[in-house]
Amino acid sequence: MFGKLSLDAIPFNEPIIMGTLLVVSILAAALLGAITYFRQWGYLWREWLTSVDHKRIGTMYIILALVMLLRGFSDAIMMRAQQAIAASGNAGYLPPHHYDQIFTAHGVIMIFFVATPLILGLMNVVVPLQIGARDVAFPFLNQLSFWLSVVGAVLVMLSMFVGDFAATGWVAYPPLSELGYSPTVGVDYYIWSLQVSGLGTLLTGINLLVTILRMRAPGMNLMKMPVFTWTALITNVLIIAVFPVLTATLALLTADRYLGMHFFTNEAGGNAMMYINLIWVWGHPEVYILILPCFGAFSEIIATFSGKPLFGYKSMVYATASIGILSFFVWLHHFFTMGSGANVNAFFGIMTSIISIPTGVKLFNWLFTMFRGRVRYHQSTLWTIGFMCTFAIGGMTGVLLAVPGADFVLHNSLFLVAHFHNVIIGGVVFGSLAAISFWFPKVFGFTLHEGWGKASFWCWLIGFYLAFMPLYILGFDGMTRRMNHYDNPDWHPWLVVAFVGAVVIFMGILSTLIMFFVSVRQRHENRDLTGDPWNARSLEWATSSPAPFYNFAVIPTITSLEQHWENKVTGHAYEKPDHYEPIHMPRNTGDGFIIAAFSLGLSFALVWHIWALALVSLAAILVTFVARTYNRNTDYYVPASEVARIENERFARLATITQVVPPSLRQHEAA
Amino acid sequence: MSSTTLSMTPDHATHDHASHDASSTTKLGFWVYVMSDCLIFAVLFATFGVLAGNTANGPAGHDIFSLPYVATETMLLLLSSFTFGAGMLSARSGRRAPVLGWLIVTLLLGATFVGMEIHEFAALIHDGTGPDVSAFLSAYFTLVGTHGLHVSLGILWLGVMLHQIYHYGLDEVVMRRLSCLSLFWHFLDLVWICVFTFVYLREFV
Repeated sequence: MFGKLSLDAIPFNEPIIMGTLLVVSILAAALLGAITYFRQWGYLWREWLTSVDHKRIGTMYIILALVMLLRGFSDAIMMRAQQAIAASGNAGYLPPHHYDQIFTAHGVIMIFFVATPLILGLMNVVVPLQIGARDVAFPFLNQLSFWLSVVGAVLVMLSMFVGDFAATGWVAYPPLSELGYSPTVGVDYYIWSLQVSGLGTLLTGINLLVTILRMRAPGMNLMKMPVFTWTALITNVLIIAVFPVLTATLALLTADRYLGMHFFTNEAGGNAMMYINLIWVWGHPEVYILILPCFGAFSEIIATFSGKPLFGYKSMVYATASIGILSFFVWLHHFFTMGSGANVNAFFGIMTSIISIPTGVKLFNWLFTMFRGRVRYHQSTLWTIGFMCTFAIGGMTGVLLAVPGADFVLHNSLFLVAHFHNVIIGGVVFGSLAAISFWFPKVFGFTLHEGWGKASFWCWLIGFYLAFMPLYILGFDGMTRRMNHYDNPDWHPWLVVAFVGAVVIFMGILSTLIMFFVSVRQRHENRDLTGDPWNARSLEWATSSPAPFYNFAVIPTITSLEQHWENKVTGHAYEKPDHYEPIHMPRNTGDGFIIAAFSLGLSFALVWHIWALALVSLAAILVTFVARTYNRNTDYYVPASEVARIENERFARLATITQVVPPSLRQHEAA
Repeated sequence: MSSTTLSMTPDHATHDHASHDASSTTKLGFWVYVMSDCLIFAVLFATFGVLAGNTANGPAGHDIFSLPYVATETMLLLLSSFTFGAGMLSARSGRRAPVLGWLIVTLLLGATFVGMEIHEFAALIHDGTGPDVSAFLSAYFTLVGTHGLHVSLGILWLGVMLHQIYHYGLDEVVMRRLSCLSLFWHFLDLVWICVFTFVYLREFV
């Protein structure tokens, strides 16, 4: 009836987990209670859970990412604390099995449920606005994708309290992840949470690709596309090209674990290296999926806050595309030690080094954008400059690791751990936080608090260097990754420094949370009335803040790469159109949420081998989906009068400001 | 492209990404999905290629496959692609009854194909040559089974479409979905040609 599930699955004897469960339960009860007390369930359901608005879905992706960041960071600081204690005979406070789950969960959560939702959320919010579209190509699918990501995150969280999580490392190498060596449900939780959220990511990739290819405003040819949208385009191509590989690879591991097959086992002709090749065929492009949109965001930010067009737009586009292509030819550098021979290793080593060329082009483009610009040190500028310095170091250690000879010494050591945190924190985290502070007013209509934003930046920057520079040194000293305890006293001081770094990063996270809190409280003082708080350049700043649900009352015709800037210079910005047309919009629906809820039932049932529940959930998914195809009332027209009312309010707001277009631009106009 | 359509119809120019434009957007989206599905099969073919020789003292392909049986399956599936194509031609000319007729034949051919495949699998497992015997058999069952699962989903979709043609007639939405299903069906045929060639035929040359 209940498959492998029984009360024994709940780890009552683990005080740390039970304490966490208690805290999570209290917080959840408080949240649900507050929603009930303030009678917000209806609002929540109508405006958010059933929303198909790309801005709302993007926002929810980012909220999901920030919540999961707290969990992922808790894992991180627990590991840092363990390694700061467990020196020279001291066992520390985390038993090995629990510690192994923590480092696995940390990696899985940070990549799949923090970095990925951050990127998907940003692309969701920004891309349709930048190309002058009303929504994405398939709004319902977009909703479904988001809720599937949530299901993945819920499964990972659930695994902490019911059963256990994989103790294999975040890519779950076999044969360790096979049934013989990981007999508990941990790896099954891992598999199903990634399958469900991975499906969501793939569907988003298809959705955004089609949106960019088909829904650009008239006149916007590919070379008039803002650079963030270009990076999003390449990223979505990468998503479509590699997420099916992840799906198939995990399905083969599932076949091994559930049906007794022998793809990756040690027996009966299985080949574990096959898995390791396949997972990195997905895994290496995945890191470019995460970093490319951040490059795009930095480009928009640095051009805006330098008051200059982006230097080398075309080279930026070609660099992005070549990184996209090269990312498919480097996967083997993750396992030079496989023994594929010197020639194969040399090929992949050289290909890996070559990627640093287009990346270097980008770095110089950003520097030349700043050169002789009037740089304003907004918090997102600080993140960008912090990124440029930090990422350069991470890139150089990457090129060092790309040399097979060096890699033989350094692989699996803390040097590697330091390298990828260097590029992911310095690139993806800094990029996402920069992008959030940059585009926040477009979604919410007010700017974020500068002081707390900058405090967060300095804590993250200093914390990062304190936490990870020691790991480079420890890597050279021969300390391998994922150690529960160690007996080399020389390592201990560095690990204490790294722990202090983690604490400083925690202060950065705290500052970000305080920034949101303070900004919401002061929202009336920091209203963005123009829709263009930073004197920016691309199309999304032409509409109001917050952008209306239909984005643009009149779809603009594009004549320039920097359309909004062009309009400001030529005096055509903020012109009131003579009349409005009805707007065609998708209707909200609960179907995506419902299908995702059944997928949670299906995944949970599959983890615990509750076959009856699995069948019922699968049937429910199919029935809901088929029933939806009979619903022909999925869109509607916003009447022109309603559009006029909303737009008139905006022009009334604009009229209260004396200067909409900055004087520096008006001189341009006079000349 | 959306931009040209927009500028050509001034009445709906500024507010309509939908209607006839939606159809081609959906088809493009479905094409991209099919390409991603193709990559799943690419992984399975690559895995099969690597593991095909790893029979681990179990049987090899030519010991257990029956070429005439698989050739029959192949013919059924190819024929179903033809009947689907005939159905689409009728659909384009807007005649509902022949569409329903052709698609029912397609569905029956597809169902027979899946039935034969299930029978083949059941016989193999019964003879002690199931997917747990060797890496070769694991790869074989997974590759062929994944294709069979796709065909089964196609049959389910076909069933729903038969009802929708009956219920709504051949309107724009139904035609759009039929085009996608047709794409899916022919794609599965194409994959099967590769399965037939690289999995079965290879064993007998």
